[in-house]
Amino acid sequence: MTALHVLTAAARLAPAEALTTTYWEGNYALEVRQLSVYYGTFRAVRDVSLKIQRQKVTALIGPSGCGKSTFLRALNRMNDLIPGSRTEGEVVFEGCNIYAPGVDPVEVRRRIGMVFQKPNPFPKSVYENIAWAARINGFRGNMDELVEQSLRQAALWDEVKDNLRQSALALSGGQQQRLCIARAIAIKPEIILMDEPASALDPIAMLKIEDLMRELVENYTIIIVTHNMQQAARVSDYTAFLMMGEDRAGYLAEYGPTDEVFTNPKDKRTEEYITGRFG
Amino acid sequence: MSTLSSPMVCSLPEGDSFHSQVAARHKKGALWLVIFQAATLVSILALTALLYNIINQSFGWVAVRNQVEPETLAVEGTPLEDLSKEQLIAILEAHVSQGVMRRLESEAPFSVRSREDVYRLVEERVIKPEILRSWPLFDSLLRRSAIQKEVAEEFPGARLQFRAWVNRQFLSNPQSATPDKAGVRTALLGSLWVVGLTILVAFPIGIGAAIYLEDYASDNVLNRLIQTNINNLAGVPSIIYGMLGLAIFVRGLEPITSGAIFGLSDPTTANGRTILSASLTLALLILPLIIINAQEAIRAVPRSLREASYAVGATHWQTIWHHVLPSALPGILTGTIFAMSRAMGETAPLIVVGASTFIAHDPTGPFSKFTTLPVQIYQWTARPQDLFRNIAAAAIIVLLVLLLALNAAAIILRNRYGRKRREG
Repeated sequence: MTALHVLTAAARLAPAEALTTTYWEGNYALEVRQLSVYYGTFRAVRDVSLKIQRQKVTALIGPSGCGKSTFLRALNRMNDLIPGSRTEGEVVFEGCNIYAPGVDPVEVRRRIGMVFQKPNPFPKSVYENIAWAARINGFRGNMDELVEQSLRQAALWDEVKDNLRQSALALSGGQQQRLCIARAIAIKPEIILMDEPASALDPIAMLKIEDLMRELVENYTIIIVTHNMQQAARVSDYTAFLMMGEDRAGYLAEYGPTDEVFTNPKDKRTEEYITGRFG
Repeated sequence: MSTLSSPMVCSLPEGDSFHSQVAARHKKGALWLVIFQAATLVSILALTALLYNIINQSFGWVAVRNQVEPETLAVEGTPLEDLSKEQLIAILEAHVSQGVMRRLESEAPFSVRSREDVYRLVEERVIKPEILRSWPLFDSLLRRSAIQKEVAEEFPGARLQFRAWVNRQFLSNPQSATPDKAGVRTALLGSLWVVGLTILVAFPIGIGAAIYLEDYASDNVLNRLIQTNINNLAGVPSIIYGMLGLAIFVRGLEPITSGAIFGLSDPTTANGRTILSASLTLALLILPLIIINAQEAIRAVPRSLREASYAVGATHWQTIWHHVLPSALPGILTGTIFAMSRAMGETAPLIVVGASTFIAHDPTGPFSKFTTLPVQIYQWTARPQDLFRNIAAAAIIVLLVLLLALNAAAIILRNRYGRKRREG
């Protein structure tokens, strides 16, 4: 099932080139074309083009401040919320450019979910955290079932099933993050963006999140930003290495299957970064 | 120049000079601490002086002279307090004229009046106590014998009585020209009406403006101008709002504020000097406060919460309604409490808008004439008679208690709400 019908009619009719079938060669979940992001006059990301494989984990790595998070947030139009930000280029999702005029970012975010660096559950009960997300998107069905299913998928069910009415803020950091993942998958997105989802957690919670990602990738496409090289190597199928240019704008230095990028990097800077010589 | 040319030397103090240098730094800190403590002490002293003044005036001895001593009214050894209703009626008949009796009978037949009511009539019409002089609390406590001597010399036949000027009668009596019968009921109800209506008007408008300015308005010249103006309006002297209220609400919108348009105007005052005018004026006055406070509360909502909401596909309005406002509500409520206290204590604009100087009947609605506690206090303190100072002090206590009660209620509400949210 595609999500094409969800995006607005205006977008489907919009720029003819965005609809050409060439985008559907291969099994891509997203195609990014010449994407640049500006904050005011400062260009944070420069001309990034890449294709994200469906139902794989793609890791974005790179030195601090190279625009990884900015790039990730551009993929579901989260940057729209930052005053003064501007995006150029195209992000083609299910045959539509999500930046085409007439596309509603609310619809984009329903199809492309996001998990943040710091766990940010709503100050509501565990149950309500998931139910609210489903309800505002018009879910009509068995809510209990959906909550259970989402929590099971996020490997959190066994820990919270007896206490669904307790505040989500009473959970541990790792549990909160898995709740955020459960919340994201409750609305059945195609893609889940994760912005350093384990960096605020202890090592055990981090491993749990990584295991979870490997399970989720059976059903979802996952794009993850991480600072942790080992993590990228452990969980990702593909790795994109972003570098900072002279103008401090991030650009794509290397992109390929994780094995290749880590064992046989084509770019010298990638090798230096991965082996820890800078960054 | 010399430091540049000379080789690097370590010029940080060592040994004894280091110890003495640290001691000197501590000394400087200690000096500042003393200054801060002194500042705190001054403010505590000021508060104590205020409370001392109010309490001193609100309690104390009074010299009372009865026209007829209650002891002389005892029937066959039974004191006045224990007499039956019939005996009290008999006393009343013996002491007042038939005309007065007939008028009392026509007001309410004696057959249906309660014993307490008749007792009150006896006190009012027969005993007729009159307060000749009052003494403040601390004089009453410390100069007891001197006061007793003074009373014996100056007011023969008068008795000394301890009187708390804040009492139940003071709360339930309407305004009166005689200070010992005057009460604050009219002013209290007036205050509640005015402040209640003010909040009803200012709260939704203030929150709406705050949401717009904080969450929707783009950062352009016009909106920055509006923001600056609101910030400045918060500092405009209140009397100016009074002038504004007089011009717009009392004069300009008279048909509305007097209730004439709805056919509800008070027949005794067919003009705009009503509770509604006062409320609208105070609402204008506290609007900037509410807006600024609400904006700050909204700004304090963490961005991560908004992002969480957007990331699951919520719209702008859903994010505001379900997450931003509930998170900001405790802060918004605090701001509203401050604004409410401000409105409660405001005097000058209400005098300009036309609070009644003397009003003895309760306000019945937004179109009634009104007076409020601070206005009432102001008017009482302006009177020449000593006793009005006592009831002014008593009214201040009522006002302070009312303010504290409102604040406490709002804080409890806020804490309970905050806890409920945290617990889900």
